[in-house]
Amino acid sequence: MNNFSYSRATSVQNAVQRASTDKNAMFIAGGTNLVDRLKVFLDEPSQLIDVSRLEMKQLEPLASGGLRIGSLVTNTALADAPEVRRNYPMLARAILSGASQQIRNVATVGGNILQRTRCPYYYDTAFPCNKREPDSGCPALTGINRTHALLGASDQCVAVHPSDMCVALAALDAVVEVTGPKGKRQIPFGDFHRLPGNTPERDTNLEPEELITAILLPPLPFAKSGVYLKLRDRASYAFALISVAAAVDLAEEQIKDVRLAIGGVAHKPWRSQEAEQFLIGKAANAATFEEAAKIALQSAKPLAHNRFKVELAKRAIKRSLMLSAAGGVV
Amino acid sequence: MEVTQSTVSGAVAVTLNVNGKKRSLAIEPRVTLLDTLREHLGLTGSKKGCDHGQCGACTVLVDGQRVYSCLALAVMQEGKEIVTIEGLAKDDVLHPVQAAFIDNDGLQCGYCTPGQICATVALLDEVKQGSSSAITPNLEHPPQLAELSEAEIKERLSGNLCRCSAYNGIVAAVQQLVGQTPPSAAADVMVKEMPA
Ligand SMILES: Cc1cc2nc3c(=O)[nH]c(=O)nc-3n(C[C@H](O)[C@H](O)[C@H](O)COP(=O)(O)OP(=O)(O)OC[C@H]3O[C@@H](n4cnc5c(N)ncnc54)[C@H](O)[C@@H]3O)c2cc1C
Ligand code: FES
Ligand code: FES
Repeated sequence: MNNFSYSRATSVQNAVQRASTDKNAMFIAGGTNLVDRLKVFLDEPSQLIDVSRLEMKQLEPLASGGLRIGSLVTNTALADAPEVRRNYPMLARAILSGASQQIRNVATVGGNILQRTRCPYYYDTAFPCNKREPDSGCPALTGINRTHALLGASDQCVAVHPSDMCVALAALDAVVEVTGPKGKRQIPFGDFHRLPGNTPERDTNLEPEELITAILLPPLPFAKSGVYLKLRDRASYAFALISVAAAVDLAEEQIKDVRLAIGGVAHKPWRSQEAEQFLIGKAANAATFEEAAKIALQSAKPLAHNRFKVELAKRAIKRSLMLSAAGGVV
Repeated sequence: MEVTQSTVSGAVAVTLNVNGKKRSLAIEPRVTLLDTLREHLGLTGSKKGCDHGQCGACTVLVDGQRVYSCLALAVMQEGKEIVTIEGLAKDDVLHPVQAAFIDNDGLQCGYCTPGQICATVALLDEVKQGSSSAITPNLEHPPQLAELSEAEIKERLSGNLCRCSAYNGIVAAVQQLVGQTPPSAAADVMVKEMPA
């Protein structure tokens, strides 16, 4: 890795101010994604601004009944928090199913949201990659693409977002709170990550000098029966091929409300609003859930090696919805 | 708050607390904790398997929690308590986790062992503190030490790979540590299962 200068931010303002005076500066929190990237020259910052000692480590109840999660709360602390286990079990399970205990102990909420794709071509600088170097080409389109996107991809990039936690945050309608040179703003989770389009180099709508300060989780009583199902090549310590975060709200046997998000299928955590719309008011049974799964995948465009993920995703969606409708026990 | 700043790319002064001793060093900000331990402090117990957070050989304890030292910048560890495999034994007395690995043949070549042992030390502590894992059936009722199933042990140690595949012995070591009776050593089982 190249060398860089290092400094510790003394406040949120100080971090933002330093970042806005050097366009080659980068923030570092847990470092579990960034250090890895620095080692293979994916990023070559002039300076690292260490934000890990700032006061953003609190988990606080919101007046609305939701939860405010400081961006430096570690993945472990968030998954272990009693209110998360109780009220948002899909979030606790999504986090626990990701990486390993060693990584989760250090990884922060802010860093997790901003982790970059694990597309092997992006990681290997011997290959061109539109995400790394705009207009250089996308070898995944014609190369080995079994882990790549089914939904919302472009002819410039078929990479998927690797985070598990983000799939649950998408289902839960989280809001990202950020501070930039112009002050604070809030970004709804669905608008935070981007589809690749013609600008695959941009993963999110965050500006480089903006710091994530917190994630806000609105209250969602039926999230108590939420589930997270992750399917991968080995039982643990591997990224998802397909994952599903789902929660079903039942009145008698009818679906009153539902949340459905899918991981491993797109450049962003994929919230399936069409399937949600279809489900509302229907009877909660296997046939309905199967139909919803079909709807969620109807615009899938499989590549040469990832066609199996279409069926995998459909079955995972059906199973997750069934489990949540049955009370959420995994 | 103390501010460490280097305007030129070069070595900075860093003081680390490793195995209870303060160590002052001049290192570049890009140097990982793993390389600092091995190359600057002569603590070669922590191993470099992958250097990318994918194997666990570099696992050490930072403020009591297990972390991969290959993904941690040393300069970011100032003020934290770092414990490596070299810091576990008390004089000539092995740490109970070290002893259990020996009792249960929890190793072959030994390369992954320092990381496995540090991870196990932390694992026991996590269970005592009530942490759940991805496979814990009820997140609100995590298993106590004595109830830790084989599947829980494997899931909780999945961040440490063993190229020699000494997993049976490693799981047995953990079972012994939590007061369970581990199955007999693999060799015994094989002898018993051999046709007469
Ligand atoms: C071997 C391995 C396996 C993994 N498996 C999984 C998995 O199965 N599932 C999964 O979800 N994840 C997995 N991960 C990824 C892991 O979750 C991320 O590395 C971690 O969440 C990143 O958090 P961090 O705090 O360490 O981020 P950092 O590395 O510190 O930062 C990541 C990025 O975010 C920026 N940043 C950090 N904090 C802020 C902030 N507050 N505001 C603005 N910018 C910020 C940094 O500049 C950097 O670009 C794995 C990682 C490894 C190495
Ligand atoms: S060397 Fe750190 S995880 Fe492999
Ligand atoms: S004992 Fe050889 S790698 Fe584990």
